[in-house]
Amino acid sequence: MLAEQRTVQAALTVPAVNPNRRRALTPWFFLLPGIVVLLAVGIYPVIYALWASFHKVDLAMLAAGTPFNGGQNYILAFFNSLFTGAVERSLVFLAISMPLELGIGVLLALYLHGTLFPKLLGVVRVILVIPMAMTPVVVGLIGTLVFNNQFGLVNYIIGVAGVPPVDWLGNSLMAFVATLALQIWQWTPFVTLILVASLSTVPPEIEEATVLETDSWLKRLQYVQLPYLLPGITAALIFQTAWIVKLFDMVYTLTGGGPGVSTELVSIYIERNAFRAFDIGTAAAQSVILLILTIMLSNLYIRYFYREAEA
Amino acid sequence: MNARAVAAVPVVVIGLLIIIVALFPVYWMMAASVKTDNQIFAIPPVWVFQPTFEHYRHVLADLGMASALLHSLGVGLATTALAIVLGVPAGYAIGRFRFKWRRDVWFWFISNYMMIPVILIIPYFLIARTLHLINSPVMLVLAYQTFAVPLVVWLTADQFSSVPKALDEAAMIDGAGEATIFFRIMVPLAVPGIAVAAILSMIFSWNELLYAMILTPSDETRTAPVTALSFLGGYAIPWGDLMAAGSLIVLPVIVFAVLVSRYLVRGLTLGAVK
Repeated sequence: MLAEQRTVQAALTVPAVNPNRRRALTPWFFLLPGIVVLLAVGIYPVIYALWASFHKVDLAMLAAGTPFNGGQNYILAFFNSLFTGAVERSLVFLAISMPLELGIGVLLALYLHGTLFPKLLGVVRVILVIPMAMTPVVVGLIGTLVFNNQFGLVNYIIGVAGVPPVDWLGNSLMAFVATLALQIWQWTPFVTLILVASLSTVPPEIEEATVLETDSWLKRLQYVQLPYLLPGITAALIFQTAWIVKLFDMVYTLTGGGPGVSTELVSIYIERNAFRAFDIGTAAAQSVILLILTIMLSNLYIRYFYREAEA
Repeated sequence: MNARAVAAVPVVVIGLLIIIVALFPVYWMMAASVKTDNQIFAIPPVWVFQPTFEHYRHVLADLGMASALLHSLGVGLATTALAIVLGVPAGYAIGRFRFKWRRDVWFWFISNYMMIPVILIIPYFLIARTLHLINSPVMLVLAYQTFAVPLVVWLTADQFSSVPKALDEAAMIDGAGEATIFFRIMVPLAVPGIAVAAILSMIFSWNELLYAMILTPSDETRTAPVTALSFLGGYAIPWGDLMAAGSLIVLPVIVFAVLVSRYLVRGLTLGAVK
């Protein structure tokens, strides 16, 4: 009965131009290819990883089958000191690199914002893009060159200052420092450019008034510019956190996670566990733990930045 | 000298200092790539020397860098082309239509960009193994869609939404179908956004290591970063060759990054930072 009515209605409708019908279905036709492919390459693999995280998957013994093993992989993941060590190392890495990047970034942003020459500012802004666009593998390669303990430029420079040579990549602590140094070199420009953009949102009349009010740039920063900088600082924090969780290429090239496990950040560890120790099941469980962390992060990120954004 | 000029001196000095710190490591690599090995090992470092292009000849002709660069280029072009085919219509739908779940669909596209590669690489590897696609660029190009499609969707949705509404209404009255409106009117208007998205997606896929190293590991199929990395594995590191390889990889990136420098921060954060 109802179906018949619909058929009659459909037959009565002129199909050529019907704005309502257009609005309802057409967008999905345009969306479909993208959605299908992203489901296949973005969602399906995650389900697969979830499946693997509850099974024993050993790359070296796949013929023996992949039996369900309850939550054993998760228990192994949590009580594995290499994994928790890698998570801690990533947190320490973040806790050191972030304040340094923010500190240098704020100073550079203030300098760029206040500079007398728009032309110089333009040049510096373009140049700052180069480190952060650079192939992370190549950044790592540069690190192996400048931190080499025999002919590296860094040892030469500290030698001129009278400091004895350091075995940068052979010493646990120094390798961590070298990795941090490269990360800070590559990503401080990103923080700086975000903060330059934030500073430009300070209304010029307020800025001019403050310049008349006080000569102290620190006071200006604290009372006037900081509120405008906060969204940019939050953005830098969230993105840098996400990137340090992902950080793989540069560190893998520079140290491979070594010496020992001294620069083995969380992504490096999981990759090694999966593809060198062949323990795919536990590595999958560890990556699912990371995924939960990322989802929490991206929720935070979406709530912060896309609240008002409309595509 | 007047007061203004004196005050300008520290500003210029700091500016030059920033430029030097940002560029010097890159310069040092490129300098090493045109030095002889003895000059690379020299202490104190050699600043003035006769450049040699022997390392470039060697890595390109003998160490497989030429084909690796071509693989990288091919993967980058295929990634970008597929992402445009998939992402431009999606960006069009999100940018021009009002429909249920619109915002959710948009968030979902964008959120793929935040995915941690190490989570995806395990299933990618298992799938590629089962389908016998290890060492096939197909899997790599598909894997790269996880960042390339969100980039294209985000940039083109933005672009499409700024096209005046009257335009497609007028076209509809003239009897144009959906396909005509999309291909003949909308896509040409979105070309600037598509171009920026294409360059960013080229840069990001060109730079990628983790997926490439697991999915295309063999000498014959690997991309440029994987090849350069393999030079580090030998008994004695060929420093000059390594730096030549690094320079070859990074030169096009620098050129294109400068070209789209205004969009790079926005691209890295998918517009979260204006």
